[in-house]
Formats: sequence, structure tokens, C-alpha cells
Amino acid sequence: MEAALQLALDSAPFLLKGAYYTVILSLGGMFFGLLLGFGLALMRLSRLKVINWIARMYVSFFRGTPLLVQLFLIYYGLPQLGLELDPLPAALIGFSLNMAAYACEILRAAISSIERGQWEAAASIGMTRAQTLRRAILPQAARTALPPLGNSFISLVKDTALAATIQVPELFRQAQLITARTFEIFTMYLAAALIYWVLATVLSHLQNVLEARVNRHDQES
Amino acid sequence: MIVVEKLTKQFKGQVVLNGIDLKIEEGEVVAIIGPSGSGKTTFLRCLNFLEEPTSGRIKVGDIEIDGSRPLNQQQGLVRRLRQQVGFVFQNFNLFPHRTALENVTEGPQVVKKVPRAEAEALGRKLLAKVGLAGKEDAYPRRLSGGQQQRVAIARALAMEPAVILFDEPTSALDPELVGEVLATIRGLAEEKRTMVIVTHEMGFARDVANRVVFFDKGVIVEQGEAKALFAAPKEERTRQFLSKFLSAGHGDQ
Repeated sequence: MEAALQLALDSAPFLLKGAYYTVILSLGGMFFGLLLGFGLALMRLSRLKVINWIARMYVSFFRGTPLLVQLFLIYYGLPQLGLELDPLPAALIGFSLNMAAYACEILRAAISSIERGQWEAAASIGMTRAQTLRRAILPQAARTALPPLGNSFISLVKDTALAATIQVPELFRQAQLITARTFEIFTMYLAAALIYWVLATVLSHLQNVLEARVNRHDQES
Repeated sequence: MIVVEKLTKQFKGQVVLNGIDLKIEEGEVVAIIGPSGSGKTTFLRCLNFLEEPTSGRIKVGDIEIDGSRPLNQQQGLVRRLRQQVGFVFQNFNLFPHRTALENVTEGPQVVKKVPRAEAEALGRKLLAKVGLAGKEDAYPRRLSGGQQQRVAIARALAMEPAVILFDEPTSALDPELVGEVLATIRGLAEEKRTMVIVTHEMGFARDVANRVVFFDKGVIVEQGEAKALFAAPKEERTRQFLSKFLSAGHGDQ
């Protein structure tokens, strides 16, 4: 027991280094995924059939194929087409593209859930479509979108472990490397699991704070 | 002030408006009455292009829009017209995430780029005018229907429009809240504001409007000076409609 604890402590710098990559992948994937997902959501809401169709196909592909396969396509597949990427950028791109598909659907649903009258009220005071979205629709859609986006984010944090398969030295990969050297399999994977758990818990807490913030007009009088 | 020429609206092959011609002078209060499905609300919504006309022309001040051209090809013009044409909705449609004051200042600040302090001063003045001084920081959900509708009226006024359109402004209200909203609109009429009001409140239409326009089946059946039209309608259909209203006890308020 003591030896195991000692090992966990000795390995802590390596695991934390891995956790650093996990956080980078999560934040990066969420950030770019949201950006791209928002663009896709706008495409999905477009009246132009072609644009709508492109976004639908995108979402269908990235939600309909395993994330692991997508990562392999990008890291191992693209070099055959002449595009070689380092592990970290490859993983970032993979997670962003994947997250974008989920974010698109969440944002689209949230935006469509805002009643027509809100668009009309904004139009009636002469707002442009962009002003309407920014000032009237998105602040309200955010309330609807935050819980599912938060859940997706927490899923993403856990999914970043898949990056271990394309050589990114993130948390799970570090744990693997250490177990290969020390054979303390249970201890190392438990330590890794605990770190993921802490990350996810911090995130859910942040999510709650944020949700309370966007819902404040419900509580205050 | 407002000129509507040969306005038509078809919806999925059905004719909702069948060639409407109407002129509204500055300072005039026009009430539009008629059975449900007569096209009166659609007409009102066409006036600021919340509804896209099939054909016809609409002119407000010096802005003229050809309804037969697709709206997304003349969005700039439509937005300029909308800044001239306030709209008050049946269901208020306040922005629920903004306070009463923010609802009113939103248009001036975002659309007209009025500085914040100036917009807030105007907003406070308008809220006081509709009897809501002290409610500046209340969110819509904390306000009664009547109060929400008065905020909506203040929001429309804040854009300093040339005309305000009201789409059944009291239909969604509990009976005891109707009076306060009608009183607010009556106050605006006394200031000689140009207004077009679609309403089922016949007594209100008679007392406040200068002119009453009776819609049925997508056309204007009859129009005239408000008191005269209620006292002695010329058309049979108008008579029938009014008699139904009077016998149902909706006649006075």
C-alpha cells in the first residue's frame, strides 16, 4: 500500500503533464468545436437548401462514425494524401470537428426553440438578423443550450483519452507508459481515473454556476 | 402618411388579402375590425413586412416598398421602414432576459446607436408615461399582462415611429387588465399620434378611432367615420357583424 502511494507520488509529475495535455485538448476541442458548431447551426437554419444539406451531411458523418476512427483517419490516413500532422494538432482537429457536430445540433435546437415572436419583436424595432441573434435570440438560446453543451464538454474530457492511440502524451497515455515500466497497473490507472474525475467535477460545478447566471432573470424580481 | 395600393397576400394558394387600398393620414387613428380570418391581422403584419405580401405597394413617409419583389432583396429598405413603424403584438413579445427599461432602450441603443445614458433617460420617461415608473428593473415575467403590454408600447414609442400598429393589443389580457392598456392607447390618440389598431373592442374603436375599417374575406367591405359607421353601417355584412358583437355583449367597455 505504501509502495503504491509512493509510486503514485513519484509519478505525479508525469501524470500532471499528461493532465495538462488533457486540459489543452478539452478546452481547444470545445472552443473550436463551438465556433465551428455555431457556424454549422446557422447553416442548418439557412433557407438555402444546399447550405442546409452540407451542414446536415457534416453532422450525420461526424455523429455517425466512431471518434476513434475519425482520429485515425486524420493522424494515420491524411499523410497518405500528403498531409502530415503532429499528434497534438491532429487530435485537436479531430476533437474539434467531432464536437462541432454535436454543438451544431444542440445550438440549432436551442435557437429553434425560441418562439417566432422574439424574432418578430426584434424585427419590429428594425434590428438586422445579426443584431437579432446577438441581442435577442442567443442570450435566450444559451439557457437551453448550456446543460447539453456542458454534458458534451464533460464527455469530451473523457474522450480525450482516445488521443493516446495517436501518440498524444495526454493523461491516459502517461498512465500507460508508467504501467509499462512499473507494472503497477491498478494504482496508475486508478490515479489517472481520479484526475479525470476531478476535472469532470470541476467542470460540472462551473456548468452550474454558468447556468445560474444565464437564468438569473427567472429568479430576481 | 401611409399609402397602401392593391395589396394582396396569398398563402398556400389561398387568398388572404384581395387587393387592399388604404390611405392613412398623419395624426389619424384607424381601427380595423372584422371577423377572425378576415385578413385584418395579416394586413397589419404586411404593413411592416412581418408578413411578406404577394403583390402591391406600401408607402410610409418617403419609403416605398414593392410587395411583389422578394423581401430579402430589399432588406435595407424594409429595416428603414420598420424603424418608422412601431408594432405592438397581441402577446407582447417582450425580451424576457431584459428588464423593462432594457426592453425599451434596446431599439434606440442597438438600432439607432443612441448613447446609453440618453437611451436610458428616454426609456425612463416613456415607462413613466405608460404608468410604469418604478418598474424599470423588473423582468417581464414579474409583470402582469397589462404591465407587459404597456412596456411593449413604450418599446415601440422609443423608436419615435411615424405610426404605431397594434395587433389586438388586449386580446391576450385578463378582462380586468384590458382597461389600463386601452387607457394608455387612448392617451396616445389624444397626442394625435398616427395609429392603426386591429381590435375586437368595439366600444374602444368607436370612442378612440377617427375612422373604422371593416374587413371581411380579405377585402375592405366598408369604412367610415367611427361613430357614424357604428351608428349606421351601410353594408349588410357590416350590420351582421356588428349586431353579433352587440348581442354578445362585447359592445361596451
